[in-house]
Amino acid sequence: MIRFVDVTKRYPNGYEALSGVSFHLEQGEMAFLTGRSGAGKSTLLKLIALIERASTGQVLVGGQNLAKLARRRIPELRRRIGVVFQDHRLLFDRTVYHNVALPLVIAGFTHQETAKRVRAALDKVGLLHREKAYPVTLSGGEQQRVGLARAVVNRPSLLLADEPTGNLDPELSREVFGLFRAFNQVGVTVLVATHDLSLIEELPYRTLTLEEGRLIAGADRPATTEVTP
Amino acid sequence: MSRPFVRLELWILRHLEALFGTLRDLLRRPLASLMTATVIGIALALPTGLYLLLGNLQRIATGWDATPRISLFLHQEVTDEQATRLAASLRGRTGAATVQLITKEEALAEFTNYSGFGDALKALDQNPLPAVLVVQPQSSDPQAAEVLLDKLKSLPEVEQAQLDMAWLKRLHAVMAVGQQAVLVLAGLLGAAVLLVIGNTIRLTIQNRRDEVVVLKLIGGSDAFIRRPFLYTGLWYGLLGGSLALALVHGSIYLLAEPIDRLAILYSSAFRLSGPDTIASLTVLGSGIGLGWVGAWLAVGRHLREIEPS
Repeated sequence: MIRFVDVTKRYPNGYEALSGVSFHLEQGEMAFLTGRSGAGKSTLLKLIALIERASTGQVLVGGQNLAKLARRRIPELRRRIGVVFQDHRLLFDRTVYHNVALPLVIAGFTHQETAKRVRAALDKVGLLHREKAYPVTLSGGEQQRVGLARAVVNRPSLLLADEPTGNLDPELSREVFGLFRAFNQVGVTVLVATHDLSLIEELPYRTLTLEEGRLIAGADRPATTEVTP
Repeated sequence: MSRPFVRLELWILRHLEALFGTLRDLLRRPLASLMTATVIGIALALPTGLYLLLGNLQRIATGWDATPRISLFLHQEVTDEQATRLAASLRGRTGAATVQLITKEEALAEFTNYSGFGDALKALDQNPLPAVLVVQPQSSDPQAAEVLLDKLKSLPEVEQAQLDMAWLKRLHAVMAVGQQAVLVLAGLLGAAVLLVIGNTIRLTIQNRRDEVVVLKLIGGSDAFIRRPFLYTGLWYGLLGGSLALALVHGSIYLLAEPIDRLAILYSSAFRLSGPDTIASLTVLGSGIGLGWVGAWLAVGRHLREIEPS
């Protein structure tokens, strides 16, 4: 699903955020991406969603070489990827319902289909009763779950999350991770960047560890990790 | 229903949503929207008003006979009978459509009436005014009129011959200048409208930066993100155009009465006419067009600058 071949990302100011990173995340796999702040976790996720482009090396998503993807084709790629952000990136002038519906509006679904899918997604994250609320009236954990609902509402085959539990207490974090696992169990490939090591240790998934832009562990899939076909 | 129809229906639906969604947004801040629309309205009203003024002038000009007239001032010695005979002979000539005789007495009466020098003229022993023949050439072609003028000039009874066309030529020349001025003004103010709308849309984009970023992150195409801004421009243009028409109609309403009084003084049936349907539609269409293009220019420049990071 995601393949990095000797990927380096150098910023114009000379800073090298990723150096020679190679790994392969299979379809249906779930993995964690860890490392200290500044180790390159966010950059790696940005390369997958084409928010940034790799300086050298190849990034393939779903078999597609992103270096060859023209600018105007980027939206199509992003529609196939659900992204959960640490700061949720919700629109505060719209209700929970309309926030979650955005990817479907973009994709051009009918109103009926949109309503059905939005309610299904909100139901999964346990916020169906808040659909008419505005994001400011929600707690941090609830906002994060709205962001998660928005990320999965279009049924993407790949789900990326950048520090999704960064602002949550352990209880809520465990809840959010449970949701990722649930999505993974229905076949979604999941890559979660986090430094919440205590939680990672509880869960039976591969962990890719970055240190100063280099992948120091987890490049190969250990035989013990689960892969949902 | 087959798939293409569903797609078309959805496409129309999306555009209608953008159309009314942006109108809702504008109405949410009515004062700011109205101020922008007013600037556009004034900018569009100015050339429209000038254009109407020219149209009205043109109507006045064509109301006066556009064909040239030749005035033949006869020698003092020529008597009224001789003048009548001359007029009759001229009527038979080719080239002259009508010949009107103004006898010395008629000329004096008219002059006394209109000049206000009546008392001064009474002091004179005799009528100093000559008889005049007003000849209207058959053709309105100025050159044919000049040929006729040369022939008439050489008649022994004629002291002086005058072709009353110079003022008409001047009027037309002035109006041509006016038309050009309207075009130049319309061009300049059109550019101003583009800039006003472009700037307003630029600010709208800046205000909604977060939204643009989120839409880009979740896969909104350029067309999708652009759409509401283009419709905002369209609304500004339409509102501005409507305001321009309202301003023009208001001005005409205010001017109608004084102009009526003026027209009565000139014993004319002239009435100020407002924009006709085509002119009104042109104003609205220009507003919409400028709004759309202005928004397009702003969006093209500024949406690319906003990228998620």
